[in-house]
Amino acid sequence: MLEIRNLVVKIADEDKQILNGLSLTVNDGEVAAIMGPNGSGKSTLSYVIAGKEDYEVLDGEILLDGQNVLEMEADARAAAGIFLAFQYPLEIPGVATMTFLKAAMNAQRRARGEAELLTPDFIKAVNGAADRLGIAKDMLRRPLNVGFSGGEKKRMEILQMALLQPSMCILDETDSGLDIDALRIVADGVNALRDPKRGFLVITHYQRLLDHIVPDTVHVMSKGRIVKSGGKELALELEKNGYAGYADAA
Amino acid sequence: MSIVTPLKTAAEQALSAQFSAAKAELPGALPVRKLREDAFAGFEAKGLPHRRLESWRYTDLRGLLREAKPLADKASVTPAVTACLAELAFEGVRLVLIDGAFSADLSTLDAVPPGVTIQPLSEALVSTREDLIRILAGPGIAQIDTGLMLNTALMRDGVFIEIAEGTELAQPIAIVSLASGEDERAIFHRSVVVAGKGVKATIVEIGEGVGPHASQVNGAIVFETGDESDVQHLRIVSRAVPETVQVQTLMATVGANAKFESFALVCEAATLRQQYFVEYAGEHSEIGLRGVNLLGGQEHSDVTLVMDHAVPHGVSREMFKNIIGGEATGVFQGKVIVRKYAQKTDGGMKSNTLLLNDGATMFNKPELEIFADDVVCGHGATVAQMDGEQLFYLMARGLPRPQAEALVLQAFAGEAVEFVQDESLRGMVMGRIESWLAKRDGSSLASTV
Repeated sequence: MLEIRNLVVKIADEDKQILNGLSLTVNDGEVAAIMGPNGSGKSTLSYVIAGKEDYEVLDGEILLDGQNVLEMEADARAAAGIFLAFQYPLEIPGVATMTFLKAAMNAQRRARGEAELLTPDFIKAVNGAADRLGIAKDMLRRPLNVGFSGGEKKRMEILQMALLQPSMCILDETDSGLDIDALRIVADGVNALRDPKRGFLVITHYQRLLDHIVPDTVHVMSKGRIVKSGGKELALELEKNGYAGYADAA
Repeated sequence: MSIVTPLKTAAEQALSAQFSAAKAELPGALPVRKLREDAFAGFEAKGLPHRRLESWRYTDLRGLLREAKPLADKASVTPAVTACLAELAFEGVRLVLIDGAFSADLSTLDAVPPGVTIQPLSEALVSTREDLIRILAGPGIAQIDTGLMLNTALMRDGVFIEIAEGTELAQPIAIVSLASGEDERAIFHRSVVVAGKGVKATIVEIGEGVGPHASQVNGAIVFETGDESDVQHLRIVSRAVPETVQVQTLMATVGANAKFESFALVCEAATLRQQYFVEYAGEHSEIGLRGVNLLGGQEHSDVTLVMDHAVPHGVSREMFKNIIGGEATGVFQGKVIVRKYAQKTDGGMKSNTLLLNDGATMFNKPELEIFADDVVCGHGATVAQMDGEQLFYLMARGLPRPQAEALVLQAFAGEAVEFVQDESLRGMVMGRIESWLAKRDGSSLASTV
């Protein structure tokens, strides 16, 4: 379970405050969607949960299963179960995708005191997940995300999510840059991971993604706070009326 | 015009005394003796290179050599040397220099394949072959360098490798040069590789030192490669005893329609100056000079190169990757000369540096001297920190910071290492880089699947 309480965050090197007392709870098994206009702080929220250093937390806490993660580095948060699917996955030239996947899986296993994966088990796991997401073997042989299309990068994010089996998945604008077919593949990949023990925080601008990944709860974010929460019908209302009505609510 | 007589430093005076005392017993027939005398006269007129000389601006050898250590005149095969050699086994031919002297006993001469002739340089110097002086001298652009003049004057031994026309070697020939460190020594060695037309060969040079004492090393290697040849050179300079000061000169004259590729890995090399003097002797040849410098502590690594496009249709590529931590200093000076008639030259030069902390320094000085009017030449020098976004991405997947950094650094260096064509040598280079990175942060790196 992810609990965010009264989170106040600014950009580290500037006086600009982005999150202004944000509170949100995502229960195990819940798919929560966050919608909001550009600049409302959605991506910042995802980075702060994952542990990016460019931000300064002025107040509040983030608890994962009761444990405050704000003191932990990004790698420790990942090992604790947080996974951020990036809006813009980074290209890392020179690092083979398979090398990276194995390093990530084993690093998390080590951090949890588990034995490292044997290579045959690892390859079997990757191949199985890649098949389900329609990822060609050729992509796995290339350097991480280098020369991948937007859709391929997003699929690679979901592949990592499937392999790392996190307890809290954050999807930051995973639908951006995807055509309808790619969107369906990515959504199917996410839906396959839905589990009573796993929470999802789906950040998006558009209702479209939520047709494929149907949320349990929808939260509207504006000016760094959650200004309205409701069921999946809230997303449809937003699609119809836009965010204008919420700009002042913050 | 006023004549300035520079004051000689203690090291310069000692070198003069050493040359006077040693010249009678340094190996060489009459023409070689004259070559030595001329070189030493050239050195004496200019003195040790210092920072007011443009080509030595960032490596003040005069300041670095407080004293000239005694000339090494014997090889000390200590237990540490034997242990070090055991780690540097090669399947093919391994030629061993200890304190600059060729050791037939420690070399694997029975593995020398047909078409290859190997002779200690000290023997070649006393031979009467007519082209000896020309080969030893190397390209014209090298002749003004005083570091090289000292080597010419005082070179004692090395290996002279000749590869006959059309020979294709299945395995590399390795030259392993160790400084025994038994006492303080100055080591002057030179090796020569003459590759005939159509030769395919890989030459490996490994330079290391064992303790306890630091040495002064002045080494040179001369390549003369024939038309249609493909010669690969790999150099690893590492594990130098702290306080070691080295100058390593590479000279190459490359024939027509040929390929020459050199790659140098520098790690734990104390103070090192590598200089390259390379010229095209024929058209339509491709030359690549690349390297990785891994620096930490107080280390200093200078790569200075002169690429002389003397003929048309030459292709040259330089790529040096520097990872600098501690209070170390890296230097890259690359000069590409395109002579008036060298039309259709295609040159590209890159120096990329990652500074790991505030105390690290990098000097870049690319120079293009283009006298032809139909050429493509470019250069780029970057100095940056590690990419924080990349590190965050890797850490968000669970990689601890040291491992994430190592992966990014390995990838950065790997771009140049790719050009080492021999797979097992490439693996050796990556292995050295991985262990340097692991030592840096104590983490174990991801193994490749």
